[in-house]
Amino acid sequence: MATAEVVETGVTVERDTGSFRLGEWLIVALIHVCGISAILFVLAIFAFVFGEAAPLFWGDYGFSFAEFATSTHWSPAHPTSPHYGIVALFVGTLAVSVLSMALAVPLGLGAAVYVSEFCEGKRKETLKIVIELLAAIPSVVWGFIGVMVMSPIIIHGLGASIGTNILNGGVILALMSVPVIVSVGEDALKAVPDSFREAGLALGASRWEIVYRVLFPAAKNGLLAAVLLGVGRAIGETMAVLMATGHAVQIPTSVLDPVQTLTATIAAEMGEAEQHGTQFRVLFLIGVVLFAVAFVVNLTADIIVKGIRGKQND
Amino acid sequence: MTEVAQISISTRGLNLWYGDFQALKDVSVNIPRGKITSLIGPSGCGKTTLLRCFNRINERYGNVTTTGEITILGKNIYDEDVSLAELRKTVGMVFQRPNPLPISIYENIVFGQRVHSRRGTITRAAADAMVQSALEEVQLWKDVKDRLKKKATFLTLEQQQKLCIARLLPLKPRVILMDEPCSALDAEGTEAIETLIEGLREKYTILIVTHNMAQARRASEECIYMLLGEIIEHGPTTEIFLSPKNKQTEMYIEGRYG
Ligand SMILES: Nc1ncnc2c1ncn2[C@@H]1O[C@H](COP(=O)(O)OP(=O)(O)OP(=O)(O)O)[C@@H](O)[C@H]1O
Ligand SMILES: [Mg+2]
Repeated sequence: MATAEVVETGVTVERDTGSFRLGEWLIVALIHVCGISAILFVLAIFAFVFGEAAPLFWGDYGFSFAEFATSTHWSPAHPTSPHYGIVALFVGTLAVSVLSMALAVPLGLGAAVYVSEFCEGKRKETLKIVIELLAAIPSVVWGFIGVMVMSPIIIHGLGASIGTNILNGGVILALMSVPVIVSVGEDALKAVPDSFREAGLALGASRWEIVYRVLFPAAKNGLLAAVLLGVGRAIGETMAVLMATGHAVQIPTSVLDPVQTLTATIAAEMGEAEQHGTQFRVLFLIGVVLFAVAFVVNLTADIIVKGIRGKQND
Repeated sequence: MTEVAQISISTRGLNLWYGDFQALKDVSVNIPRGKITSLIGPSGCGKTTLLRCFNRINERYGNVTTTGEITILGKNIYDEDVSLAELRKTVGMVFQRPNPLPISIYENIVFGQRVHSRRGTITRAAADAMVQSALEEVQLWKDVKDRLKKKATFLTLEQQQKLCIARLLPLKPRVILMDEPCSALDAEGTEAIETLIEGLREKYTILIVTHNMAQARRASEECIYMLLGEIIEHGPTTEIFLSPKNKQTEMYIEGRYG
């Protein structure tokens, strides 16, 4: 009787490990597929975007890359002589991004320092939750705020004739990038060992001196990564800038000038462009440009973050 | 006058609480000037806490309450007009784990002066001289003089701890607090740091926490034994080790507990 029981349990146990092994194998396989599919998706998307744009270079589209790269003239829908110059759009994106970063970087890093170093307990928790909420606001809502709140303020406050312009888009994008910068920046500061703060304090440094003499050098890679992620967000954002920057293809001369960004151009014109026509393909080419810019920014952020990890392992 | 002049740190009825937990109980002690005093006692008895009172670095935790009086070089450090920066310039601290800042060796040494002088008032030559003399005093100059621009965190632990002592020196401290400065080091490193501390004797008042009885015996002239937040015995090291007056001190020194 006793022997039988032993045998039986033996068998059960064996069957258990068997199914466990199978289950484990399945999970591992699934994880592999997920991991590889991420790469495949990126490649597929790039192939698709590039594939739609590529015929411009060898097909008969009357498209000149030299004009595309150097002209400020963008009139794709012109019935007889359309022009496809990316420069004004690029400058539009650049202007809005630069302004938004000029606002978001000091604000975001300042907030990260405040949350990480100068507040504690309930206030810290509350702030972190609010910042996460801010990050969760859909971009179309930010667009609304740009049109309904910022625009009247700019018109009445600064006397601008049009309220949707670089300033409006820049402020909206800054507000959208700040949460990213704060949360990544705060992580970077939090990772600085407390012993460094104590070393600084014991030498007579004030809390503020600790921030810029100790924490900034110690966390500089993480903070840089935070800023670059913010930049990435600003460059890639579409809906809010579409609504807030005011559609005017031009080289701006002041922050109160409306502009049109690369992303907004694609979003606004794709619907009207003739399938596989020249304009259609040029919009895809703009997509390739955006892809390249985003890639460079992300890669830089990545290398920097890797740099931090590498150093920590030393 | 002479009595006061011989005393560097003096506490009267010092109590300290972390929240509800009382870590120091009615501590009254006089620490002599220009000598090395060791602070011994079992783990958790409040040695670190007492040490951290003397540069008021305990206050960075929000839940700390202190009562009583601490006088350092004749000045009550809780007086309104005491600046924390000045206090910490006079009272330097060396930590249990070497904690050089993640900047260059050179900048680690100059850090204190940069904090305490107005921007741009330290000349290059003055800084160079400061770095060399501080590193020479801790016998580190020969080892690192060719890589002063390298990050200090890449040094060996022993070198890091020497650097942590060296960076105090340009501030011309009067008191140096050391919290188990050798506990992260191997035997060789311990010996090197002990020699170094020995060399600093007389120039500074040194208060050193240690778990190492042999070290306390070798290195210190006076010894304080603490237990559960109270000072049990304080006297010349030889007396404490040869003929402790208190039974508990005797048991601790003989290694019955701790
Ligand atoms: N920040 C803190 N918050 C709450 N309690 C603390 C804090 N720091 C220390 N304590 C408590 O105060 C008591 C004294 O701690 P302290 O670190 O001063 O002991 P110690 O004598 O230095 O011990 P060790 O020899 O282990 O370093 C301990 O019971 C400890 O748990
Ligand atoms: Mg301790």
